[in-house]
Order: sequence, then structure tokens, then C-alpha cells
Amino acid sequence: MSESEQPVDLKSYIRLCAVIFLVVLCTTSAMIAASFSDHLGSGWTGRVTVILGIAVINAFLVAGYLMHLLSEKKLVYTVLCFTVFFFIGLMGLTLWAMGNFPVGTINH
Amino acid sequence: MEIPYTVKNRPDTGIYNAKLGVWLFLASEVMLFGGLFSAYVLLRVGAQPGHWPHGWLDVRFGTVNTILLALSAITTLLAWAACKVREFGKFKFFHGCTILLALTFLGIKSYEYHDKWIHYEIQLKDGTFADGHLEEQDDKQVVLHGRIVKDEKDLYDLRAQKDIQLGEVKIDRANIVKMQNYGPWHNTFTAIYFTLTGLHALHILGGTLVIFYLWGPGSKMYKTDPERFTNRIEVSGLFWHFVDLVWIFLFPVLYLT
Repeated sequence: MSESEQPVDLKSYIRLCAVIFLVVLCTTSAMIAASFSDHLGSGWTGRVTVILGIAVINAFLVAGYLMHLLSEKKLVYTVLCFTVFFFIGLMGLTLWAMGNFPVGTINH
Repeated sequence: MEIPYTVKNRPDTGIYNAKLGVWLFLASEVMLFGGLFSAYVLLRVGAQPGHWPHGWLDVRFGTVNTILLALSAITTLLAWAACKVREFGKFKFFHGCTILLALTFLGIKSYEYHDKWIHYEIQLKDGTFADGHLEEQDDKQVVLHGRIVKDEKDLYDLRAQKDIQLGEVKIDRANIVKMQNYGPWHNTFTAIYFTLTGLHALHILGGTLVIFYLWGPGSKMYKTDPERFTNRIEVSGLFWHFVDLVWIFLFPVLYLT
């Protein structure tokens, strides 16, 4: 039985939401701090990795707890597995083709 | 005619039809936004050094909107939970909060768009660039609240420049080579910014309309078929959480990196 089909206790949900909101506040602050911090060095790639890593934590909280994805049915996971596969393919092809210009291409 | 599996789970899928439908729809939405995100990556990495804007967007507005959407995602979940335990008054309260938070988000986004719409970059005949917010204009001159820079590159990385002095800049129209606001046509950054956030804002608007319907006239169903109504709230909530998920990545990508 998925979480959304179990009996609901409104007070426990309010407590859960309060915790999630506090964590989201902290992670958002951490992202902003990472964006403006001088301690992460001047490398753009490292900074972006840290910031997006924190964003993934936020996304996990929303998808896992608010969307009940941690306790969903197998079919939903199957749909999402296909989505992730094609999403990675989409991003991968983009990155793969990044420097793939025809011979003689001039960049202005 | 009764529509099957709006309340009970289908034996073969294990979930009710609307839930499977919304997950399939969200999968297609992931690909839609994924395509635009990959376009962003292509534009960002392909930009020549020093030609990608930094600090063009106000992080304070982005942060407030992040908090608003996170709160609205929580009130949506609580609205569903209130429906589930048959507390209709609390459902009305939580979903009312969701609508107000969504409208505030759209209000802030509109303000940001307006700010870009009245922000102009003007190329002058002497090779310099005037940049700032339009205060007034007529046939003879344009007045900006901004500054003049020698090189257009000085307008890209605003974070690196600590002391930017802004003031009133009066420009004769005869000295203008090109005058353009910071709309989607300005450069690739504004193009992808308006496309991504505009599409996201349309999703917010659509979601708000659905939630408003379920909060208002659509809530009549609660009296006749509360279980089915609760499922409708769950399905609309899943969409709303997805919209929040998209913003979770839009905010750092556009405002912070």
C-alpha cells in the first residue's frame, strides 16, 4: 500500500511539513552561501556542482516526502525509470554534441 | 455512466486511473523542461568567456519565491491530508493559503519581468554604452537611471563589480545607434531566462486555476463523493509539487550560477 493510501494523521503531517520546510530553508541558504562564498575557489564547475548538489537534496525532499515517492507503487517507479533514462539520454546527447561542429565552422 | 477506477485502484496497475495519468503527464513534463534545460546548458557552456551575465537577476526575489513555492507545496499536502481525515474547513484554509502563495509568486515574477522590460542598453555613437532603467523619453532625448560604460563586457558580470555608481543619464536621440530593452530578444541569456521562467509561470497559473476550481465550485463534490474529491486533490497536488521541483532547479541555475 502506498503512503497516500494509508490512514492519515494530520498532526504528524504538520510536524513532517515543518521539518521539511526548515530543511528547505537551510538548503536554500546553503545554496546562496555557496554562490557568494569565496571559500569554494574561483572555479565555476566546482561551485555549480555544490549548488546543484544541494538542489538535488531539496528535490529529494519534495519528491520523496511531499509526493510520497518513497512509498509508491511499482508502476509509478517504472514510469519514472523510463523518464530518467530518456532525460539522461537528452542531457547526454546535448553534452556529447557540444563540440561537434562541422569542419570549417567559424565562431563569431 | 460511471467512470471506472476514479476511487478504487485498478487491479492490474495498483493505482487509480487519474494518478497513473498524472504521473505519465509529469513524465512528459520532465522531458519538456529537460529539453529547455539542455538548451540552457548548451548556451551557457557555449558562451564566450566573459559574455555570460552574472548578477542580472535579484537573488532576493528568487529566494522569496523559492520560500513561497516551498510553503505552497506544504499547504497543498496539508490540504490533501485534511481531506483525507474529512476536515473540510482545514482543507479550505490550506488550499486558500496555496492560492494566495501562488498569486504572490506570480506577482513577484511579474515585477521581475517589468524590471527587465524597462531596463535598457543603449549603444552610443562614440562607442560607449548607456545602461539603466528608463525614466522618461521623448522625440529628442532619453533619460535613464543607470550609468555609462566604455566596453559592453562591463555590463555582463555585475557581481564582480563592487561599486557600481548609478545616476541620471540624459542621452540625445541623435547620439543613439541602438536602443534595446532586456526583453527575450536582448541576448541568449534573456531568451532562455524568459522561456524557462515564462513556461514555469504558465504552469503556476494553470495549477492555480485548477486549485482555485477545486477550492471553490469544484469542492461541491466533497459532499457527494469525498473519496473521489480527495483523489482529485492528490492528483492536482502532484502537479503542484512538480512545479515546485522545477523551480528548485531553476532558481540556482538562473539566479546563483
